[in-house]
Amino acid sequence: MTLIDLANPTRFLTLTARLLPWLAAATAILLLIGLYQSAVAPDDYQQGATVKIMFIHVPNAWLSMLVWGVMSLAALGTLVWRHPLADVAAKAAAPIGAAFTFLALVTGSLWGRPMWGTYWEWDARLTSVLILFLMYLGLIALWRAVEDPSRAARAAAILTLVGAINLPIIKFSVDWWNTLHQPASVMRLGGPTLDRAFLIPLLVMALAFSLLFVTLQLAAMRNEILRRRVRALQLMQVAQAGRSPA
Amino acid sequence: MSLGPYASFIVTSYLLVTVVVMTLIAWIAIDYRRQKQRLREFDASGVGRRSGRSAADLR
Repeated sequence: MTLIDLANPTRFLTLTARLLPWLAAATAILLLIGLYQSAVAPDDYQQGATVKIMFIHVPNAWLSMLVWGVMSLAALGTLVWRHPLADVAAKAAAPIGAAFTFLALVTGSLWGRPMWGTYWEWDARLTSVLILFLMYLGLIALWRAVEDPSRAARAAAILTLVGAINLPIIKFSVDWWNTLHQPASVMRLGGPTLDRAFLIPLLVMALAFSLLFVTLQLAAMRNEILRRRVRALQLMQVAQAGRSPA
Repeated sequence: MSLGPYASFIVTSYLLVTVVVMTLIAWIAIDYRRQKQRLREFDASGVGRRSGRSAADLR
């Protein structure tokens, strides 16, 4: 099966049906390994046991940006190549991205209270992630508000590409501004500064959450394809009713 | 495993992630069942039945 074949929603559904059980199983196994490693990871010499929040906060924060990146690629697919699955992918990803962003914000807040002495600070990193969350909600509202799917797809794609400007702002906010949030300690030019005892559980959890995203995304795309078929059948039903004699 | 004086922050974080992820999974699973049910209803009413293919004949 080539990439072009996946442009056909029916073939995509067949592939998804085959892949989903394997992806779900791999996600569950990796999550269990990651959770075990997080539980037995040593306490940090400064943060104590609160370092365990990092193992769920950081993967959610990474995914909050990755999902918008995926939606931006899908937006290009909608606007440039008019790929039939591009808008389906973007629409399916938005609630999942919003959930990851929400979790990044709340777990960060719960980590911040014991470490910084405050749940919230209007610094560049926290504020830019809050803006990302609001943009997710805005996109979801847009898809719900516009009746015609093709018009909604174009508007959402443009909004997604405009919103992608926020991604480098989030990433580099800790370098460009003086923030309460710590600078990058894993994805940095000089290599990770984290000790292996924390880095390995973190990477396992990041991989587990990434697999979780792929699994949920494929399942949500399958639902969206079915929803569009239902809509097409509803329109067909209305048309048939209009043709039938009174 | 001792979580120290901030155990409530750690436990709340993990519980919250569990609840949100389980809610996402349940929402997607329920949505799938709902769409399949609607397709079966269309199929039963004969709408969109062409070339022997049923509307609900989708995995």
